[in-house]
Amino acid sequence: MSGRIGKAFNRGRTCLAPFVTAGDPHPDWTVDILHALVEGGADLLELGVPFSDPMADGPVIQRASERAIERGVTLESVLDMVSEFRRHDADTPIILMGYMNPVERFGETRFPPAAAAAGVDGLLLVDCPPEEGAALHGALRDAGLASIFLVAPTTTDARLDQICSAAQGFVYYVSFKGITGADRLDAAALAEPVARIRERTTLPVAAGFGINDGDSARAVGAFTDGVVIGSALVGRLAEAGSRDEAVARARDFVASVRESLDNDGS
Amino acid sequence: MNPQATTPSEAPDPTGHFGEFGGSYVSETLMHALEELREAWGRWRQDPEFMARLDRDLAHYVGRPSPIYHAERLTARCGGARILLKREDLNHTGAHKINNTVGQGLLAKHMGKPRVIAETGAGQHGVATATVAARLDQDCVVYMGETDIHRQAINVFRMRLMGAEVRSVSSGSRTLKDALNEAMRDWVTNVDDTFYVIGTVAGPHPYPVMVRDFNAVVGREARAQMLAQHEALPDALVACVGGGSNAMGLFHPFIGDEDVAMVGVEAAGRGLATGEHAASLCAGKPGVLHGCRTYLLDDNAGQITHTHSVSAGLDYPGVGPEHAWLKDSGRAQYVAVTDDEALDATRALSRLEGILPALESAHAVAYGLKLASQMRPDQSVLINLSGRGDKDVQTLAEIEGLSL
Repeated sequence: MSGRIGKAFNRGRTCLAPFVTAGDPHPDWTVDILHALVEGGADLLELGVPFSDPMADGPVIQRASERAIERGVTLESVLDMVSEFRRHDADTPIILMGYMNPVERFGETRFPPAAAAAGVDGLLLVDCPPEEGAALHGALRDAGLASIFLVAPTTTDARLDQICSAAQGFVYYVSFKGITGADRLDAAALAEPVARIRERTTLPVAAGFGINDGDSARAVGAFTDGVVIGSALVGRLAEAGSRDEAVARARDFVASVRESLDNDGS
Repeated sequence: MNPQATTPSEAPDPTGHFGEFGGSYVSETLMHALEELREAWGRWRQDPEFMARLDRDLAHYVGRPSPIYHAERLTARCGGARILLKREDLNHTGAHKINNTVGQGLLAKHMGKPRVIAETGAGQHGVATATVAARLDQDCVVYMGETDIHRQAINVFRMRLMGAEVRSVSSGSRTLKDALNEAMRDWVTNVDDTFYVIGTVAGPHPYPVMVRDFNAVVGREARAQMLAQHEALPDALVACVGGGSNAMGLFHPFIGDEDVAMVGVEAAGRGLATGEHAASLCAGKPGVLHGCRTYLLDDNAGQITHTHSVSAGLDYPGVGPEHAWLKDSGRAQYVAVTDDEALDATRALSRLEGILPALESAHAVAYGLKLASQMRPDQSVLINLSGRGDKDVQTLAEIEGLSL
């Protein structure tokens, strides 16, 4: 198991995990954007693998995926982006986040070693709960990659037991019933479910969905070890007209969230 | 996994797998809702009052049983096996789809869900859902691709007349698959009070089983009618396959009858070689889409490809997992017919028998005619005439260069 994920949650601060869709707004800009996120204060990077039918995503990430696919981005090219990123950053963990079919087409046994060689640390497949994909999860383990699973507000205690025993790296808590980017966040409601997760695992807990600025990140970070910011960042990048502008937007946005997280008011 | 390892009576396993196909590939938020649904269906299907109510609705509201009609002039023209039509087109709302929505609507009522949502391609499932929701006083939202809204305008208006809200989906290919994505997003967001009425034998477990069970009334009736009227089972069953609910409903009660051949007919669109088709079983590969592992049409990177069929109801890049499993086990055979062949069959059935089939069902008719012509006169082919073609009149006129 890669130690990078564990270290990212062990830096004495809330782990900030920005999400960007690989290849959006332009495939040639993604690696620079990733470095800029780290410069801005990211601890862990979530790289979205574009899929044509992203059932759990709202319009911002759907459109980012469509644009990336139109520009020819594939799982293969996403791994190339990670390799390139690793030439200048050996420490920041990268999680790939996406859907099952591109991984299945790449090859369930071929993908994990290729991803590990590229420098990927873990995989979160939104449409693959722990009940499914046994062969893939085994191959990920063999390759030293973490299988990261979601826990939702609807997850029962019985399922939570099962997910926590299968989980590696960290547990990703979906902060509300809905799709990415929706405006439904109630940070106080995280206290109870996060406590239920902590009763069952010592893995760190990160929350995502609906966190869109420094204030909401800080509110969520009061309950969790990490926060994921996706649509708000992807939306800002989509409007960038040049590589420099995208890089600046990535760095500045993450820096502003970092500042809010570290200035916890105490 | 060896598809022979599971016999039909054992399929699917308790987690909804038909061999390597099926399962529940959905985001965590929906897993509990699926568990609830499995429990509810498991319970109510054993409840004599629930099942009696369902039977009454099928008889008095849907108009079952639907007849089996001997198409004598078509038979004469083919010069082979007797051609028999299972007349699902005579059901209320004009297709087999209502067999399923009557059942799921009733289940939603019993589960205390006041709101139902559905996706639709040709609009037949949307109409069938809106119809049942009106009668059961449920709020109803139907998701439909922008492209389909244009080519099935009459069905859109029918849904609105029955009080449903039709929401246009403009993402992706703007057809059925995108409507399904959007319905899933709605369900994730409103999972507490909403029942998702899936219209075909695809999606996560238990939908493939539940939708099959509701449509299996077609096959049970057909089997009994064949024995009563023709004193023999048919030699072959033929049904069109998009997601595959009408075919699964007809096939399932015959799976143990090994002498009865089963043929599913997919949409070859402009021809399989052109890549513009919707034949996931004939030309696709196993993968994961919309909650289940099944045959689907995608590119080398695993992106789902845009499909084409003259028939909106077959214009879908996946297929029910039980069909995938029947294909690999060899119990059923899957073929594809082109838009042009389906249109020829539409004209033939209209002119020779006075029956205008839905363009979806016309695919089954087209292959059924071919098959019958290669068989002996003492044999019979039972074609599922899954829907009527009133909804397609506009499309047919446009193809002939007419505006109505």
